[in-house]
Amino acid sequence: MKCKKCKENAVISSPHLCRKHFIEYFEKKVHDCINKYGLIGRFDSICVASSGGKDSTAALYLMKKFFPESKVTALVIDEGIKGYRDKTLIDLKRFCAKNKINLNIISFKKEFGKTLDEIIKSKKLKIKPCNICGTMRRYLLNKYSRGYGCIVTGHNLDDEAQAIIMNLFRNQIDVLARLGPKTGISAQKNFTQRVKPLYFCSEKESAIYALLMGFDVSFNECPYVVESYRADLRDLLNDYESRHKGTKLNIVSSFLKMLPKLKARYANSSPITCKVCGEPSSKDVCNACTLVEKIR
Amino acid sequence: MQVFIEKTGERKRIKFEGTVSRLLSLLKLNPESVIVVKDDVVVTEDIVLSDKDSVKVLSVVSGG
Repeated sequence: MKCKKCKENAVISSPHLCRKHFIEYFEKKVHDCINKYGLIGRFDSICVASSGGKDSTAALYLMKKFFPESKVTALVIDEGIKGYRDKTLIDLKRFCAKNKINLNIISFKKEFGKTLDEIIKSKKLKIKPCNICGTMRRYLLNKYSRGYGCIVTGHNLDDEAQAIIMNLFRNQIDVLARLGPKTGISAQKNFTQRVKPLYFCSEKESAIYALLMGFDVSFNECPYVVESYRADLRDLLNDYESRHKGTKLNIVSSFLKMLPKLKARYANSSPITCKVCGEPSSKDVCNACTLVEKIR
Repeated sequence: MQVFIEKTGERKRIKFEGTVSRLLSLLKLNPESVIVVKDDVVVTEDIVLSDKDSVKVLSVVSGG
């Protein structure tokens, strides 16, 4: 298969593009998403929620490339997952040192007194590991991104399509209303706006980009992901996409058409702050504080 | 053909000639979730592989 723009061999079949033209296509897609949805202001200080994986490393690299006049910081949450996070942290430290990016490492152990492995082992919480981790990570990302113009995440098209279907299957329309390329309420006290510049890039495109750019990232999965509902949906959507090209993009595009109405219907008109920690919350005591109380 | 599946660390020696697409089908791998690399170059599913080739199959699914 040849590139549709030149006569070189293609590295991807949909669209047919060679190495050079694929990199251009990928970067343009990210740039267009930032512009179309007004994700990042030219002089914003940018905090990138990093993990050392392909998506957030691509996001980190592109923020540095697109916004050379901005202060770009990588913020990583070390949950304490043995054999996984310790390895990705090595990759991330190397990448940040090479690209002269400031790195801020925040650990569960230091913040909550226990690593995720220890929390799971203690069996004090009857919740799946991904739910515990997600709640605590979001809490820490918001807390430590305070003062930045925005927090960039590496969420890709696959992540978003999975989240949309997951919330539909669970009848969680209020949660669905919180998705999109730009999430949260920027005016809310102590809240850093979260933005997803890789929103229209598929997981496969992101992996090919990381590989072609020579990013030293491992393509490993978190050991707890096998226990997640999301992993089931990911396989289902990949199976469907291989038989019906464009499925994931169609899910996300349809969702974006509905999003303004969902936001209008489910927007939290009076956001509050957690009375324990002072972080933004939808309840008197936020989910993170509720979990922390239970694991003590 | 030598096949290295990075996710499982599995190395296989199989008798195979055909397209990347057929190889993935034989290995029961979804083309949406993997990248095939031959001689350090990413190849598309229509590329014909010979029995003398050595390929690496990378999972695109990472993270949590």
